Amino acid sequence: MSGDARISRVAVVGAGRVGTAVARTLVDAGYCVTLSGSGDPADLELLAAVVAPGAHVAWTADAVASADLVIVSIPLHRLPTLDPSLLHGKLVVDAMNYWPPVDGRLDEFEEAAGGSSVVVQRLLAGATVVKTFNHVGYHDLEVDRRPAGHPQRLGLAVAGDSPAAVASVAELIDRIGYDPVTLPSLTDGRSLQPGGVVFGARLTAAEITLAVTRSAHDAAA
Amino acid sequence: MSNQSTPAVRREPRVTDPAPDGVHFGIGTFAFQPQEPDGSPTPGPQVIRDVIEEAVAAEQAGLDSFGIAEHYRPGMMDSAAPVILGAIAARTSTLRVGTAVTVLSTQDPVRVYNDFATLDAASGGRAQLIVGRGSAIESFPLFGFDLSDYEQLFEEKLDLLMRLLREQPVTWSGRFRPPLVDQVLEPQISPGGVPVWVGVGGSPQSVMRAARFGLPLMLGLIGGTLEHFKPLTDLYRRSLDALQQTQQPVGMHVHGYIADTDEEALERFWPVWSGTMNAEAPKRGWAPYRRERYEAEAIGGALFVGSPETVARRVASAMQTLGATRFDFVAAASRMPHTEKRDSIERFGREVVPRVRQLLAASDSNAGWPDVR
Amino acid sequence: MELGIGAFGDANRDPATGTRTSEAQAIRNVVESIVVAEQAGLDWFGLGEHHTPEFPVSAAATVLAAAAARTSRIKLSSAVTVLSTDDPVRVYEQYSTVDAISNGRVEMIPGRGSSIESFPLFGYDLREYDQLFAEKLDLLLEVNRSPRVTWEGTTRPALHGEYVPPRAEHGPIPIWLGVGGNPGSVIRAAQLGLPMATGVLGGSAIRSSSNADLYRHAAEKFGNTPEQTLVMLGSPGFLMRDGKKARDAWWPHWHQFMKVVGEQRGFAPPTRDSYDRDTAPQGGLLIGSPEEIAERIILMHQHWGHVRQYLHIDMGGVPQKDLLHAIELFGTEVRPLVQRELGATPVDVLMGRRPAPLAASA
Ligand SMILES: NC(=O)c1ccc[n+]([C@@H]2O[C@H](COP(=O)([O-])OP(=O)(O)OC[C@H]3O[C@@H](n4cnc5c(N)ncnc54)[C@H](OP(=O)(O)O)[C@@H]3O)[C@@H](O)[C@H]2O)c1
Repeated sequence: MSGDARISRVAVVGAGRVGTAVARTLVDAGYCVTLSGSGDPADLELLAAVVAPGAHVAWTADAVASADLVIVSIPLHRLPTLDPSLLHGKLVVDAMNYWPPVDGRLDEFEEAAGGSSVVVQRLLAGATVVKTFNHVGYHDLEVDRRPAGHPQRLGLAVAGDSPAAVASVAELIDRIGYDPVTLPSLTDGRSLQPGGVVFGARLTAAEITLAVTRSAHDAAA
Repeated sequence: MSNQSTPAVRREPRVTDPAPDGVHFGIGTFAFQPQEPDGSPTPGPQVIRDVIEEAVAAEQAGLDSFGIAEHYRPGMMDSAAPVILGAIAARTSTLRVGTAVTVLSTQDPVRVYNDFATLDAASGGRAQLIVGRGSAIESFPLFGFDLSDYEQLFEEKLDLLMRLLREQPVTWSGRFRPPLVDQVLEPQISPGGVPVWVGVGGSPQSVMRAARFGLPLMLGLIGGTLEHFKPLTDLYRRSLDALQQTQQPVGMHVHGYIADTDEEALERFWPVWSGTMNAEAPKRGWAPYRRERYEAEAIGGALFVGSPETVARRVASAMQTLGATRFDFVAAASRMPHTEKRDSIERFGREVVPRVRQLLAASDSNAGWPDVR
Repeated sequence: MELGIGAFGDANRDPATGTRTSEAQAIRNVVESIVVAEQAGLDWFGLGEHHTPEFPVSAAATVLAAAAARTSRIKLSSAVTVLSTDDPVRVYEQYSTVDAISNGRVEMIPGRGSSIESFPLFGYDLREYDQLFAEKLDLLLEVNRSPRVTWEGTTRPALHGEYVPPRAEHGPIPIWLGVGGNPGSVIRAAQLGLPMATGVLGGSAIRSSSNADLYRHAAEKFGNTPEQTLVMLGSPGFLMRDGKKARDAWWPHWHQFMKVVGEQRGFAPPTRDSYDRDTAPQGGLLIGSPEEIAERIILMHQHWGHVRQYLHIDMGGVPQKDLLHAIELFGTEVRPLVQRELGATPVDVLMGRRPAPLAASA
């Protein structure tokens, strides 16, 4: 069962722009991080050593097997190349966005009224999916970190259907340098994705809460 | 399939041309249609003529190169960069004429060869290319390519282009273009005669690809801080070593604006830059671009905005941080009216670059620069 | 009547000296020829596309752009664009960009071209030539007419209203259909409502002028306007002040050029006899003194009724300085003689186009 246990080992699947930035922040925060790509980890060794020093590399299956948390940061159209059975029973962060300029047109995501992570959760049926990191640009992720209590500390939204899973991920977000703003369902995660109210904005936790509440209110009105 | 396999080990004495004292300063431009003072857009064909004048001004201001981007949308006039560069070549005599970037993924490398070898001939050996995957919004549907082939398209086409530029006749086959059998392309140029740089955003895979091909690296700075790019240049250099490739130069492609004082530059550039960012925002689903963010980026981030002295100091320190020997400035976001853009290019050439050269020469930390000359 | 020059960007060996200009120099020579043609008062310059060591101009639009930046009045055209193996979208983008650079001085002649080396190069099958050309011409005309095109065919991916920039400033770019001598192609030009560009490549200057009659009859049948129904003619040509010297000087170049072409296509090289006949007062090769050539063009006009005559001038390694001299004679001496007889109405006016404004920038 994923959720309440404290996270210490993290697998980051997809060592691209987002994956390597996330890995660096996690290493800095003291996590044990393993990066994996679509193929042989040997191909990633130099990359990890230089761009994400301190992170390990492994085959995806191995990295995931020993992880408390799996962060998936591959292009969404590549998701079908990731074997869902590997993630069975795992706590999974979906950092991906549906980005037609890169992904092309994907009908199931075009029509995803509940947001892209709801579709991801359906595709990874055995996993517990939490949505975060989606609204921050990879190049801002490290720059914007602040210690707890800093007056300009920014927020990162964390959305998911499982309160325990959301809480575990929220704790990690706090540890890497952001105030977590938890949202009680994956559907609420729509605010985090392209077109959502906090996408690409660098906001404090209070501002995120305000923006999300306002947009929910506008939608209801 | 004969592509993918060979490019890694070929060594090449020199694929970029040296600039004075080994440091190269250029201009990058997008042929945007700006607004005239009365609010109407400058007519598109006039924008193209203005770009040519800006390139002439760049040469007169002592700059080394001028690069044009590639887009296919209303409001942007750079769909046929080599053609505009042909005109620029005819009006200049020392300026290197190139692209920033050529969206190689949706081009035919044979035509790219034809265009740039022709440009090289017309310009007396001044053609250059920066090739990239591009941001794939318009050119994929327009030329009928599938976005799911994004990576493979670029890989295969870069492989073919480099072969065409290095050795002919060429026999080649791949997925995305009909095969070539013992083909010689015209006009002939000397091997490596048209330098090719690989344009990269922030993706480590792209950096490693550039290393694998043994090509110089052009980093497009679009956000974040310079420290963020440092690991990428390290990765690039170490990858070159690991692959036993010759070390190659690193360049940076940066947006900015210059005025008499920092305050004036910040104020005048704010509406232009926030306008650019906010024009993209709805399409890409970004939140509105805010002033605080702008200031942070303009003071310590990827935007180079300020007085000539401020910008010069930042350029020098950025080049040292990244070990870069080439700096391409996108003046005034290519968005301001022609005269202001031209002024900004001139100020960069006349006021910033000489000062940067001074700062670089004065600095001891030069010693640590990679030997890429 | 407008007069112009056609060029291929010749890098052939000069048979007299045995030397060959570099391919890069051949490209720079074209730009220089265009500048000189404008100075000599000529109206038009057309540049061909080839992919051979003899004719290395593989990206004509880029060369025309270089010339556009150094001229302000002369019309610039492809002659011809090998459309069958190109992408009409890119072709339009390139020529509309030259149009912007030149302040609206661009024209295009899509056609088969005389050579076929681009087919294997771009992976096309020559057997599909007709379909390739028909489809691509259709798309080029569409893209020239409207900025967003919805189109489907078999020779290029479909378009669903994508924008094709930059748009030419003065409306559609004039497109002449390049026609060899095939009557079917002549009728197609009329059917498409396009002006026709054709050539006389030797033999008699007037024999094949029946194609012009055919074109006009067909145009009438299709209900085309006089503005659409125009003929331009290209002929191999060369001038020196002394006509006989010109014919003697040109002969070895022509012989060499035709010998190479003949070997590729299986015909015998010309003999000096046939050459003398073709350069005589009714012949199709316009080689001679300015007066002789002016007379020939006036004679041809009686049969062809054409509105523009151009000389194809750079074949077989003729030294650049001789070419430039010939261009000068053609502009400064032949043009006034011809226009005194046939008038000087610009083709733009005949087409119902506003003449392009003079460039301010060049
Ligand atoms: N860029 C941003 O600022 C940003 C911000 C938030 C969210 N996002 C989202 O995050 C995701 C990743 O974006 P990115 O910019 O990091 O992309 P990227 O730089 O292209 O990297 C994606 C990485 O995924 C790897 N990959 C692909 N299929 C894989 C598989 N089956 N298993 C393991 N690795 C695989 C690729 O490596 P190989 O195929 O070579 O192994 C590549 O390294 C996207 O959905 C994007 O929308 C991006």
